[in-house]
Amino acid sequence: MRMKYVLSEVLVGLWRNVTMTIAMIITLAVSLFMLGGSGLLYQKVGDMKDLYYENVEVSIFLKTDVNDQQIQDLGAKLKSDPLVKHVDYVNKEEAYKRFQEMFQDAPDLISAVKADSLPPSYRVKLNNPEQYKAIYDEYKTAEGIDTIVDQSKLLDKVFNVLTGIQNFALALAVVMAVAALLLVANTIQVAAYSKRREVAVMKLVGASNWFIQAPFVLEAVVAGLIGSILGLVALLGLKVFTSGGSMQAIEGLITPVSWTDILLMFPLMAGVGGLVSAITAWVTLRFYLRV
Amino acid sequence: MIQLEQVTKTYPKASRPSLDNVSVSIEKGEFVFFIGPSGSGKSTIIKMLLHEVTPNKGRVVVNGKDVTSMRSWKRPHFRRSIGCVFQDFRLLPNRTAYENVAFALEVIGKTKAVARRVVPEVLELVGLGGKEHRYPHELSGGEQQRVAVARAFVNRPLILLADEPTGNLDPDTSIEIMRLLDRINRTGTTVVMVTHDSNIVNQMRRRVIEIESGRIVRDQARGVYG
Repeated sequence: MRMKYVLSEVLVGLWRNVTMTIAMIITLAVSLFMLGGSGLLYQKVGDMKDLYYENVEVSIFLKTDVNDQQIQDLGAKLKSDPLVKHVDYVNKEEAYKRFQEMFQDAPDLISAVKADSLPPSYRVKLNNPEQYKAIYDEYKTAEGIDTIVDQSKLLDKVFNVLTGIQNFALALAVVMAVAALLLVANTIQVAAYSKRREVAVMKLVGASNWFIQAPFVLEAVVAGLIGSILGLVALLGLKVFTSGGSMQAIEGLITPVSWTDILLMFPLMAGVGGLVSAITAWVTLRFYLRV
Repeated sequence: MIQLEQVTKTYPKASRPSLDNVSVSIEKGEFVFFIGPSGSGKSTIIKMLLHEVTPNKGRVVVNGKDVTSMRSWKRPHFRRSIGCVFQDFRLLPNRTAYENVAFALEVIGKTKAVARRVVPEVLELVGLGGKEHRYPHELSGGEQQRVAVARAFVNRPLILLADEPTGNLDPDTSIEIMRLLDRINRTGTTVVMVTHDSNIVNQMRRRVIEIESGRIVRDQARGVYG
């Protein structure tokens, strides 16, 4: 009976003040959508970092007049360097072949460049891509080296942008969460006020605190869970609308977000939504009912 | 049953204490009136017995439990042994007499089956047989107070506190309510009643404790209003 009583009180409570309930749920949904979105972005940026930094290379371009001895010395030194994982030597012919492949759509460019004019290079994979600076310092003065180019510098810029977007989404989620919490607190106050007579009698006859508080706290939890479900639906909707559309161009660049990825965000959203609402409601009641 | 030992209570911002070094001992089964002018501290005593306020000094023991040091989470269970009636009845307007009494049982975990057995019995006892399904607004003031008494008594508490229970009732109805409280007292329940009503005190001839400005000025075994 008590469970039934509590549950029916929850539904009555949500319905009694339905406009406020809707406002609360929408704000919660938007906030949790942002939270889920930034969670996904965080995950994807992590995946992409692994993928890209795995393949990132430091290119050591040699001078065109470098002699064989220098090339071999440098190669031996790189191979024995503890920072280096793998070294590839790209000679002039190989460089030209890669150049041809890369620009096969632009025959003018290919014909303008002579096979001899591209520099040979060492393509170096590092054990830890972030130790580029050490490599740079060590080899910049070595004989026969023209320039050292680090691809991870470019990647850093891309990832800075992505991290920026993620932080922005997270900040927005927090702002929306504050609004949602104020609405939850307000809704609970209104609910407690409209049930003040019942609460007074319950306190008088010695109903336990949890029994007095449970309907209100559960009311907030239910709103939080509905909000997280709506947030999830919004995330899924975002995937439906963007896949195959304008986002296709960069799909090769960004690792795709799968349905499972989105669904795996749900526990986080529901947990945060439910727990934060519950705590807000509970704290509100402590001040408002003093139970 | 109830002991106040040198109890002093000063509310924050108050210039003088509401209760000033008050000591009272009430035995099981007694019927006690607290009388005195408004603001004399009578209601503070009721609040203290309910663990709604705690004294600044002294000790309050109710039912063998030291209320002074009781933690607030123990309060709900403690209150189940105390029934309470007020001047303004405090009934739920959208529930019938039966539902009002049953509500008090159900929120402390009693089943509906228990309520179905016990509630008609206690409504019969307070003289409301046949009016179980009336709403408070369909009942007279006296009848509403009977519902409140039924709600307070349905758990068979050891103590019944009554804070000016006849304050909103006419003299005849007041006497009926007093008869009811007397009957409850005869079942062994300790009754503590705060009142202004001199007629009632004079008719009942029970123990009277008079308070003035937070001090006990009279404690008489078979007293009158004075």
